[in-house]
Amino acid sequence: MKIRIEHDRCRGAGQCALNAPELFDQSDDDGTVIVLDEEPSPELQDSARLAAALCPNAVIRIIESCEA
Amino acid sequence: MRATEPALSTLPTHRSCPFDPPQEYDRLREQAPVSRLAFPDGKIGWLLTRHQDVRAVLADDRFSSDRSRASSPLGRIPLRPHEPEARAGMLLTMDPPEHTRYRRMLTRYFTVRRMRALVPRIEQIVEAHLDAMERKGPPADLVTAFALPIPSLVICELLGVPYEDRAMFQRWTSTLLRLDTNEKAALAARNALRTYMLQLVAAKRAHPDDALISHLIAAQDTAEETQAELTDEELGGIARLLLVAGHETTANMLALGTYTLLSHPDQLRAMLDHPESVERAVEELLRYLTIVQFGVLRVACEDVEIAGCQIRAGETVVASLAAANRDPEHFDRPGKLDLEREFSQHVAFGHGVHQCLGQQLARVEMEVAFPALFRRFPTLRLAVPPEQVPLREDMLIYGVHALPLTWDGHSPDTLHQQTPSTGG
Repeated sequence: MKIRIEHDRCRGAGQCALNAPELFDQSDDDGTVIVLDEEPSPELQDSARLAAALCPNAVIRIIESCEA
Repeated sequence: MRATEPALSTLPTHRSCPFDPPQEYDRLREQAPVSRLAFPDGKIGWLLTRHQDVRAVLADDRFSSDRSRASSPLGRIPLRPHEPEARAGMLLTMDPPEHTRYRRMLTRYFTVRRMRALVPRIEQIVEAHLDAMERKGPPADLVTAFALPIPSLVICELLGVPYEDRAMFQRWTSTLLRLDTNEKAALAARNALRTYMLQLVAAKRAHPDDALISHLIAAQDTAEETQAELTDEELGGIARLLLVAGHETTANMLALGTYTLLSHPDQLRAMLDHPESVERAVEELLRYLTIVQFGVLRVACEDVEIAGCQIRAGETVVASLAAANRDPEHFDRPGKLDLEREFSQHVAFGHGVHQCLGQQLARVEMEVAFPALFRRFPTLRLAVPPEQVPLREDMLIYGVHALPLTWDGHSPDTLHQQTPSTGG
């Protein structure tokens, strides 16, 4: 799995940092998203999907691996 | 899907249960999820009740949040939103890129990390109010003793607004949020709040403190060329919006949430037994109660098709957050309060670029306040029959006007008297 961000769309609602703190943080400068881990390990992949689903501005894109 | 029914003449407002939105929303969601709605100004717009449609519209930049272009569903007079001094800093009713500029300046003050750092101070404030309730003894009105003062004090400290002024700004806020306030009274309240904030901004310029208004002023002094300076009107507008939004909404969630928890004692007990479940419980209360009871307004900037219905440019759309949060297509058994509910994609804070700036603050306040209240007063209960709890059906933000509560006092005297005498 890979996490991709459309940073321009971020308005810093914080859903990702709240629900997947292992993977996302917010910048001290403007509150927008910082990705801590672009290739989350399997046990964190559900958190990544949750963050993507909750983001109010569709900033987070999850690229699921093609491998089985 | 076509809107074949005749236009609704008004938003559904009749509730048959204090914790549920009007039942009419369930019928609409099933039979006419994109309904025509007649507005008091004579125009016809739309009412959305499905989770997917509400989310789609709120995330769609073909819809504007500029209220001066919208019809008002409740007949409230928009407060001359075209006047520059009324608009300045009011980011909630702006569209990108204007909105983006303000939102970017503010977001860093409301991050998850910053709001978590406030927890020790919020705990102190909560404990102090519980101490006062305990000292005074039962009964107490939870709204005036707990639910309103706690978020008021928290947002005052965050912004740098003197807490001594709360009686004034709470009164102005209440006037502005009443549905039956006439235009004259609403304008007077808005102007009073505006003048108050302009004076406060001037005072902060002269004597800066370590709170948000002063930080915004200081940030301006060092601003880069890309960021035009904020005027005093803009700073005042931002402060006004944050003050009103920052105390009124959380206050109503605390009072109505307490009433809800008291009505679901088994779930309340389970929540208190498992402190790690409080975050989920708060999320469920947000969904279940959705206190922004009349939804949010958008205006179509161009013709847009929603679920097969043609929304024309210029038409107003009401996105019902309360109806969306009870959509059975999205939530399993949506009418059931389930504090254990996992993964809630609720829209209580809205959706899209305007999703609540202060949501992380609201969460930490509730996560601290609910457990502390019930731990301090394990026998907490209504002091009046449920039908006597006055509901805020007449306010933009739902909740209770008052929540009379009582509990078993345990002063040392009482304990002593209850001890069986063994000395003959």
